[in-house]
Amino acid sequence: MSRDERADGPATSATASGTAYGTPPAFEAVGLTRSYRLDGGVLVDALRGVSLRIGQGEFAAIVGPSGSGKSTLMHLLGCLDRPTSGTLRVNGVDVATLDDAGLAGLRNRTIGFVFQSFHLLARTSALDNVALPLVYRGVSRAERRERARAALEAVGLGHRLTHRPSQMSGGEQQRVAIARALVGDPRVLLADEPTGNLDTRNGEEVMGLLERLNEGGVAVVLVTHDAEVAARGRRQIHVRDGRIERDT
Amino acid sequence: MRTAEALRMAVEALRVNRLRSMLTMLGVIIGVLSVVILVAIGTGAKNAVEKEIAGLGSNIILVVPGQVGLGAAPTQSRLDLSDVAYVRRVVGDPSKVTVAVNSGEPVRVGRVEVFATLTGTDENMPHVFDRPLRRGRYLSETDVDTRRRVVILGSEVAAKLFGDVDPIGRQVTIAGVRFRVIGVYETVGSTFGVARDQEVHLPVTTAQRLIGLPRINGIAVGASGPDEIEPLRRRVVAALDARYPGETFSAVTQTQLLGTIGTVLGMLTGVLAAIAGISLLVGGVGVSNIMLVSVRERTKEIGLRKALGARGRDILGQFLIEAVLLTTIGGVIGILTGVGGALLIQAVSPVPASITWWSIALAFGVSAAVGVFFGVAPARRAARLDPVVALRTD
Ligand SMILES: Nc1ncnc2c1ncn2[C@@H]1O[C@H](COP(=O)(O)OP(=O)(O)OP(=O)(O)O)[C@@H](O)[C@H]1O
Ligand SMILES: [Mg+2]
Repeated sequence: MSRDERADGPATSATASGTAYGTPPAFEAVGLTRSYRLDGGVLVDALRGVSLRIGQGEFAAIVGPSGSGKSTLMHLLGCLDRPTSGTLRVNGVDVATLDDAGLAGLRNRTIGFVFQSFHLLARTSALDNVALPLVYRGVSRAERRERARAALEAVGLGHRLTHRPSQMSGGEQQRVAIARALVGDPRVLLADEPTGNLDTRNGEEVMGLLERLNEGGVAVVLVTHDAEVAARGRRQIHVRDGRIERDT
Repeated sequence: MRTAEALRMAVEALRVNRLRSMLTMLGVIIGVLSVVILVAIGTGAKNAVEKEIAGLGSNIILVVPGQVGLGAAPTQSRLDLSDVAYVRRVVGDPSKVTVAVNSGEPVRVGRVEVFATLTGTDENMPHVFDRPLRRGRYLSETDVDTRRRVVILGSEVAAKLFGDVDPIGRQVTIAGVRFRVIGVYETVGSTFGVARDQEVHLPVTTAQRLIGLPRINGIAVGASGPDEIEPLRRRVVAALDARYPGETFSAVTQTQLLGTIGTVLGMLTGVLAAIAGISLLVGGVGVSNIMLVSVRERTKEIGLRKALGARGRDILGQFLIEAVLLTTIGGVIGILTGVGGALLIQAVSPVPASITWWSIALAFGVSAAVGVFFGVAPARRAARLDPVVALRTD
């Protein structure tokens, strides 16, 4: 099902660099599978051989029915999980060669995550939530705060620095989460249904933000159920039954 | 991740669950508190006994017939004054050898009667023992040779019999015989339950006549220095063994007494500390328990931190520091209350308590170790969580 040539598609501003020597694509997957063994011993094949290539700076939407394996694929791309078989290169690095600490470093430096349910620390201010990834990079407290403030300002929340998640709207919370994903200057942003818990207006705001970031050069891969949201992706990867059904 | 950062997060986590943290600490506090107090009491008792022994004088060897030891039956003495002369020849310096004949008799002045420990001894007693006089004089050679009926009173006996009156030159009656008081000792306290201020000293010869037996109870030898003690002890025992083949004589030194008593009290302190240590262990189990709860509650947070780049050892460190912080804060509170408790016991009760720096250092070290030991399992559980699974839990 490999459609590697898609990386040369018209949608990506960084297509040229994605194919040029020296700058590998953001993701390059060959024959990825992921099986889960249930308690009874039954094997569930969530992914059954996915090959794809996502260039630097691309904007791609992963769509597909529930249970088709979208989240599983996102977790693999985001190095939160390891494939059962197949190879995955992130920015040219074969993840199989990395140990758990190496994967953590990769997540910390090159990948930003946005989750459907925000996943903010409840008792922590927006500023400290956003600064969290920098903690694991050994950045000093003062610099962390400075960069977190800048990231919050970039998502239009410069006036919400000390607010806690419970004191913010869903849209604001997701923007805090996006600021957190951005604060470490990642090269790719992975978002699993970022608008799934938001109303139309807030969803629109978040999508606009992601598009702006993409224009700034960050590759964005998002999972969505929403056809309208998917349509905004210049590339749509349709997943069904653990396989890529269509990649346009 | 930096330790300072992990520490800050741990403090925050403990602050969020303030009551729970306090209750968990309580287990550690009680454990450390009891270790500090019990060790203080044990050490205090040991110090008190050692001070009593040292109070006897320095470098003393006590020679008694039979086997000396805890639980050994007292032996009928067959030593007499000729043996004292013999030991004097063995030792070489006669003034460093003195003698004791013991008995208990009521001592009377007019209508006042006091039960006292009678000790027959000689003019060399002050050369061997440390027994300062408050008034009057020690026994003289003539007192012993001529069986003078003279006594030196312990300070308590003197106070009971004479009150504020100066006893020197006055008469006391012992077993119907009149004695003249020639001296009064300084207050020295008691040794091994022997109230030395309730003693009455008289010439050994006079004492033997009073008791009606020519025997003596023991010989005391004073060595000229600490290094001199052991060789002298061996020489005296060997000489007596040669003089009385087939019989046993024992010579105990202060060092031996200190050693034996030190061992016994040290063991006692150890047992007390071990019992207290068990409660510290129980406190540690409580820490482990609460840390497991904490890991479970924060599974999602752990998953998130991992997704954002925390390594297994960052998470491990965070939870270990949290556990160690719990136990060391508990340990410090326990040490403070323990020291306070020991000082209180010292002040309001006759139990001696002596706070030692090592018990405090140990208590602190052990509470930190308890944190590591009991925190490791929960922290490892946290560190090993699969981020995908952890993020999915609710
Ligand atoms: N931890 C797991 N253990 C067992 N099976 C799993 C596990 N995670 C996912 N699966 C299975 O793998 C398949 C794909 O799941 P996945 O979460 O990737 O779907 P999805 O496309 O994200 O669905 P949705 O749109 O509902 O979020 C499903 O059949 C799911 O039941
Ligand atoms: Mg999903």
